[in-house]
Amino acid sequence: MSGKTLYDKLWDDHVVHVDADGSCLIYIDRHLIHEVTSPQAFEGLRMAGRVPWRVDANLAVADHNVPTADRDRGIADPVSRLQVETLDKNCADFGITEFAMDDVRQGIVHVIGPEQGATLPGMTIVCGDSHTSTHGAFGALAFGIGTSEVEHVLATQCLVQRKAKNMLVRVQGKLAPGVTAKDLVLAVIARIGTAGGTGYTIEFAGEAIRGLSMEGRMTVCNMAIEAGARAGLVAVDEVTLDYLEGRPFAPAGALWERAVEAWKDLHSDPDAVFDKVVEIDAASIKPQVTWGTSPEQVVAVDAEVPDPATEADPVRRESMERALQYMDLLPGTPIGAIRVDRVFIGSCTNARIEDLRAAAEVVRGHKRAASVKQALVVPGSGLVKRQAEQEGLDKVFLEAGFEWRDPGCSMCLAMNADRLEPGERCASTSNRNFEGRQGYGGRTHLVSPAMAAAAAIHGHFVDITERGRA
Amino acid sequence: MKPFKKFTSRVVPLDRANVDTDAIIPKQFLKSIRRSGFGPYLFDEWRYLDRGEPDMDCSHRPLNPEFVLNLPCYAGARILLVRKNFGCGSSREHAPWALEDYGFRAIIAPSFADIFYNNCFKNGILPIVLDEATVDRLFSEAGPGFELTVDLESQTVATPFGETFHFDVDASRKHRLLNGLDDIGLTLQHADAIRAYEAARRKSAPWLFAVP
Ligand code: SF4
Repeated sequence: MSGKTLYDKLWDDHVVHVDADGSCLIYIDRHLIHEVTSPQAFEGLRMAGRVPWRVDANLAVADHNVPTADRDRGIADPVSRLQVETLDKNCADFGITEFAMDDVRQGIVHVIGPEQGATLPGMTIVCGDSHTSTHGAFGALAFGIGTSEVEHVLATQCLVQRKAKNMLVRVQGKLAPGVTAKDLVLAVIARIGTAGGTGYTIEFAGEAIRGLSMEGRMTVCNMAIEAGARAGLVAVDEVTLDYLEGRPFAPAGALWERAVEAWKDLHSDPDAVFDKVVEIDAASIKPQVTWGTSPEQVVAVDAEVPDPATEADPVRRESMERALQYMDLLPGTPIGAIRVDRVFIGSCTNARIEDLRAAAEVVRGHKRAASVKQALVVPGSGLVKRQAEQEGLDKVFLEAGFEWRDPGCSMCLAMNADRLEPGERCASTSNRNFEGRQGYGGRTHLVSPAMAAAAAIHGHFVDITERGRA
Repeated sequence: MKPFKKFTSRVVPLDRANVDTDAIIPKQFLKSIRRSGFGPYLFDEWRYLDRGEPDMDCSHRPLNPEFVLNLPCYAGARILLVRKNFGCGSSREHAPWALEDYGFRAIIAPSFADIFYNNCFKNGILPIVLDEATVDRLFSEAGPGFELTVDLESQTVATPFGETFHFDVDASRKHRLLNGLDDIGLTLQHADAIRAYEAARRKSAPWLFAVP
């Protein structure tokens, strides 16, 4: 018999019951809750007279709707306020731990889980948010769920699931200087497409993945969902353990030692068989910029906007044409000629300390281009913000004419006041460039933090790797 | 949840691939803390010429006359015909809520995004996967007056001309949909197994239960 993949191991460890038709009841170790997808779940719980199965498995935070400026004045928008207040009330009623808006630990749910050590290797982790795949960077099986599943997990600590297939994305070699985890994952999506991972759990492996920090691995797993996979995984190694040791929710002392022993097995066996294997050469990856309205519509920064006329598949051609029209771009335009109106550095993809450091490095000693209306820096959590301020990064950004905000999802999806105006173009470190994602009629180009920072300085996209050499 | 019965209905052909959940129900509507009433905002950005906001009265909003859902010949349709990877993007369950609230009971596509596919069953909508060629055919035939009959019991879609297409659906999802069963109640039938699993894990991996 062949060995097991990491996904096989995580799955097998959590099966409570197998149904006659093969669907499984899977135990959930950690449930993360935010204000957008939970109110109806709590409502359903109450309506049915049910209570949470295991209160201490839950951790809640408001992130999507919270303001990123003048927070002491509360939330101006009544609908946003109602969602946040509803979360506060539900957590208080059921005794669930919540990091409130004025808590320094508050932040984007996928940033605070790992930061607190509430995300641990070997866990199953779910949240009513598709970017829950982020937590797979720790060798945990983590995936997004819908609101009725949120209610299901609250009531039963379990989910009914079918096992996905195994995919391995092996990234060999080393990334060039200036090329980041974001570029790597965009290149993966360019290769396999936004539906390429549908039905699979993707394990990311290879020298380039091993060489990433936990922050970088989170960026990669975060966007597994943009490749169609509900979950992304990276095996546990020393980098994982170094990151977790001493975090508030992580085990300590003898329990830590015991956990580490168990976590040593959290990798795919050498003889494990994957249903699909994709090989990518890290050295060939350049900084990436999306040009369309799907993350797979992406090219290297030194390339040009592609021409739909060269696309053979009619469905793809049509979506390319539609994307170009929405993005107001012509085929053949060099990416470097695209000018941006706003820059957003933030989101659960790229708002951790390392991302802010990379952006600040580019910004240091420069000024935001006059043509760029706004460059927003939104840390992923209160603790990231505090760390950045201790390192003086806030000053670097402020002196360059960037705005330094409070943590939250912000312009990643524009549910709060931070948004694009119709027709505006944004260099964004977030994960989705869908129509209207950052504001009605807004145009999004996904890039790495350093690339976004460089676009803010120059007013258009520039190749960060060339800039470094100049 | 209401039991899913066999029905015949008009079919709305929405000829687009990769329709994401942001398009199905734009994010400003996610702010609601209710789970009903999203039907009027379904495909909001395509359906209306102005920008929709939560709690807006849609009866006086300017309609996009070109958008297929606005064509009078498709009024009251309960079947939506779409292209591949329908429901991709964010996991918002508001998407099936909006489709259900609008009146759709079945969606036919060559493929669906995983989370969306799951969410449909939990909300009384049947997502039907037919092969690309069949979907192409249905698109070429769909138009005013075209109807299909969806029968979950026999797992078939039938044209008025007596042609039937078989579709696959897993047995437990079918059972639940046909009987309108609540997922949580079904799971709680296994409460003892869940407790036994928990007790064993507390011994073998106690750090998973540690509270700071
Ligand atoms: S930062 Fe963006 S992608 Fe991440 S959880 Fe918030 S809204 Fe979702």
